[in-house]
Amino acid sequence: MNKLNVVVVGNGMVGHHYVETLANSNVDAKITVIGGETRPAYDRVHLSEVFDGKEPSDLAMTSREHYIELGVDAHFGDFVETIDRVAKKVITQGGQEFSYDKLVLATGSYPFIPPVAGHDQAHCLAYRTIDDLAEIKASAKGKKIGVVVGGGLLGLECANAVKNLGLEAHVVEFAPGLMGVQLDDGGSAMLRRKIEALGVKVHTSKATQLISKGSGHRLKMEFADDTELETDMIVFSAGIRPYDQLARDADLKVGERGGIEIDYQCKTSDENIFAIGECAVLGKFIYGLVAPGYRMAEAAVSQLTEEKKSFTGADMSTKLKLLGVDVGSIGDSKGIAENSRAFVFSDERDDVYKRLNVSADGKKVLGATLVGDCDDYDTILQYYLNDIDLPDNPENLILPAVEGGLPSLGVDALPMTASICSCHNVSKGDIVEAIEGGCKTVADVKGCTSAATGCGGCAALLKNVVDFELSARGIEVNTDLCEHFKHTRKELFTIVQSTQIKTFGELIDKHGDGRGCDICKPTVASIMASLWNEHVLEADLLPLQDTNDTFMANMQKDGTYSVVPRVPAGEILPNQLIALGEVANQYGLYSKITGGQRVDLFGAKMSDLPAIWSTLIDAGFETGHAYAKSLRTVKSCVGSTWCRYGVQDSVGQAIDIENRYKGLRSPHKFKMGVSGCTRECAEAQSKDVGIIATENGWNLYVCGNGGMKPRHADLFATDLDTATLIKYIDRFLMFYVRTADRLQRTSTWFESLEGGLPYLQDVIISDSLGIAAELEAQMTHVVETYQCEWKTAINDQEKLKRFKQFVNSEEQDSNVVFVEERGQVRPANQVEKKRLALKAVS
Amino acid sequence: MTTAICSVDALAKNSGVCALLTINGQQQQVAIYYLPDTEQKVFALGNWDPLGQANVMSRGILGNVGDELVVASPLYKQHFSLISGKCLEDDVSVPVFSIAIEGQNVVLVS
Repeated sequence: MNKLNVVVVGNGMVGHHYVETLANSNVDAKITVIGGETRPAYDRVHLSEVFDGKEPSDLAMTSREHYIELGVDAHFGDFVETIDRVAKKVITQGGQEFSYDKLVLATGSYPFIPPVAGHDQAHCLAYRTIDDLAEIKASAKGKKIGVVVGGGLLGLECANAVKNLGLEAHVVEFAPGLMGVQLDDGGSAMLRRKIEALGVKVHTSKATQLISKGSGHRLKMEFADDTELETDMIVFSAGIRPYDQLARDADLKVGERGGIEIDYQCKTSDENIFAIGECAVLGKFIYGLVAPGYRMAEAAVSQLTEEKKSFTGADMSTKLKLLGVDVGSIGDSKGIAENSRAFVFSDERDDVYKRLNVSADGKKVLGATLVGDCDDYDTILQYYLNDIDLPDNPENLILPAVEGGLPSLGVDALPMTASICSCHNVSKGDIVEAIEGGCKTVADVKGCTSAATGCGGCAALLKNVVDFELSARGIEVNTDLCEHFKHTRKELFTIVQSTQIKTFGELIDKHGDGRGCDICKPTVASIMASLWNEHVLEADLLPLQDTNDTFMANMQKDGTYSVVPRVPAGEILPNQLIALGEVANQYGLYSKITGGQRVDLFGAKMSDLPAIWSTLIDAGFETGHAYAKSLRTVKSCVGSTWCRYGVQDSVGQAIDIENRYKGLRSPHKFKMGVSGCTRECAEAQSKDVGIIATENGWNLYVCGNGGMKPRHADLFATDLDTATLIKYIDRFLMFYVRTADRLQRTSTWFESLEGGLPYLQDVIISDSLGIAAELEAQMTHVVETYQCEWKTAINDQEKLKRFKQFVNSEEQDSNVVFVEERGQVRPANQVEKKRLALKAVS
Repeated sequence: MTTAICSVDALAKNSGVCALLTINGQQQQVAIYYLPDTEQKVFALGNWDPLGQANVMSRGILGNVGDELVVASPLYKQHFSLISGKCLEDDVSVPVFSIAIEGQNVVLVS
């Protein structure tokens, strides 16, 4: 049978989701995609983040290469101009023709630009695409004022972008209030207060009549009430209109107020043509959010399979942060329904507004508006979505928590169909299934179901469901470190810190049991090193160390060690390179450049280590801690000193940072990177701590990881001066050292933090736990007590005692045998060893 | 009969060192562990890690698993009993040697 020819017009988020879903289904289809923009699908929801440090490429949801892998024939930067429904083909502006068996319209929408006289002159822009952003950025350069026309969700997002560009942002809205679609008057007024407090100027009930030339600024807006406003730039973000012209020209049915009419199967009036996303209208409703768009895409794909799904509408409740303000809107948020009765809570001191609309009998939630505090959103949403009966005093749902107040909705009350994560359409049932399939932690469930990996708004709810389901199954999550300590690493850290205990013996006597093991001993050694920073080979500490720490080198498979001197930021003197070569020659070591911009020397015999280090120290090297759970390297690019593009001295910064944090023992190893510009040649965003130079300072990224489970670091703070940068890193690292589990990298630690990035920012930047000074003091102590462990050791015979191969002989381990490969040594394998032994005998 | 190996001073408290001995005409690497606060005080196992295939047992961390005194191989962390030489996780074992402290010396007992 021939493949089904599916042509998708439009490569926005929804069009892309359709392509991915179809490509991964069992439908044998040849997929062709035609996208009007020059780049493949990207995350339009987070567009304003491009002005907040992200690169356009960070928003990409796919790539040309990925489409090739999927076998998708993709064309970008070309528009479909005509649909020939009889011949079943589409024709593009560029003259290309594509035949289809099934056609999918995912043409999206375009920004509505009010027909105001003068709207088409320079510096009057739209806010919709990445290309629009580039224009906005160019227009804003060196200017002072930017006006956003539109006070809805998109308008406020856009105002955030304008503000991030450093302009004085104004919002001009035709209606009397902000976000009139989602919020009631009270919520709208509270949102305005909060946004104005952030420095954004809000003008409501303003009908723009004319845009003319300004005198002090580029443009002047003249309003119907005879007032005017001068500005350097106007960005229109006053709503969207479905892009349905193509369908109109092809005589497909369109809605009264635009939009391509579809049925529950997402079919248009032509049974071979589907429409999905913002270009489609179902009933009288256009679904302008991404989650419903995804559901439409899935329903449309399912029509080509055995399983026919329907799209019958979607909940448009939404929770988001606008200019940093929490805003939530659920169901009938304004209480328009006839039988709606409202509870309203307003706190003008902390600027919080909440409205809960319930049915006349007080039994059901009809909707809610939340501004300034969305903590109750999840609970109210679950009551609403699952039609759960309310308790007797529903007002307690929005009142501030008081002793004995109503607890939040127990997750056991939720039906299996309850949607927990709307971004990825994960129900409570899916989570239960994942747990029954063996998931034992929130992180497991996240990995298995993708729940809470979209906007992350459901993280707290997810944790509640997982915890409840685990305990319901009698699965006790044992977080004890090992059989010797009934504590987590974090608890043990607190114990050691508060009791000031300095030996393992005392700690296990008072707070543990038995003799310890290879789990708790190194953990305690690490905790004590983080806190007291004594030499790892002190008599009390030595028996606690893993062999790598004991010999301050990395044990290899044959029992020999590798040696890695520190090369801060990868900057190295020619004479030091020569010294490394000489040491390698003298001791017959295999040399390799590491990923962390230094040199690893392999095959060192235990008894040679002190002599090797003595030579290295004379050449100006220090220990590199490659053997320790601590800072490895701070990778750097060459920066503004040499590079044509660099904007800051990344090498100098990286050296200072490496020297500051070298030797800090931590729950696991950690790596850092400093890039001199946004080209990011140091790959800082794959590090635990990444720093990227900007024209105004440094952007700080945290909790990235390469390796087994790569994780892109999160942008933590922007445009920091060096003092603030160091202050935040001090606090961040110490907070990690204090609270992470044993062998937990920052990336997995981050996933386990309830509250995610905002929580971490609160702790580190706003000092919400009141521990910042203590964290800094601890770091200062570690920095001030730093010693090169090898330098101390080679001057202390007692510490060198264990470096003898045999206590009673000068011989070496006869099992360590090398052969040569590519001009260097490597350990011999069993066959080679036997052959060599035979030769020796004969 | 006893054979002197080294002085007690050469041992590492709560940790291990390695000695090269000739036992029954065969050269043997022997890991010697010193736990001064146990009754037996010194323990000796073969230094060869049968799972990691290297002479490293003397460099493992000491501790207990349940009632068993053990050393964890520094390569892949399997636990071996200091008393029986048996591996707790796999069906392998290392040889056990009888040693003792005599005055200031550690001696092999045969």
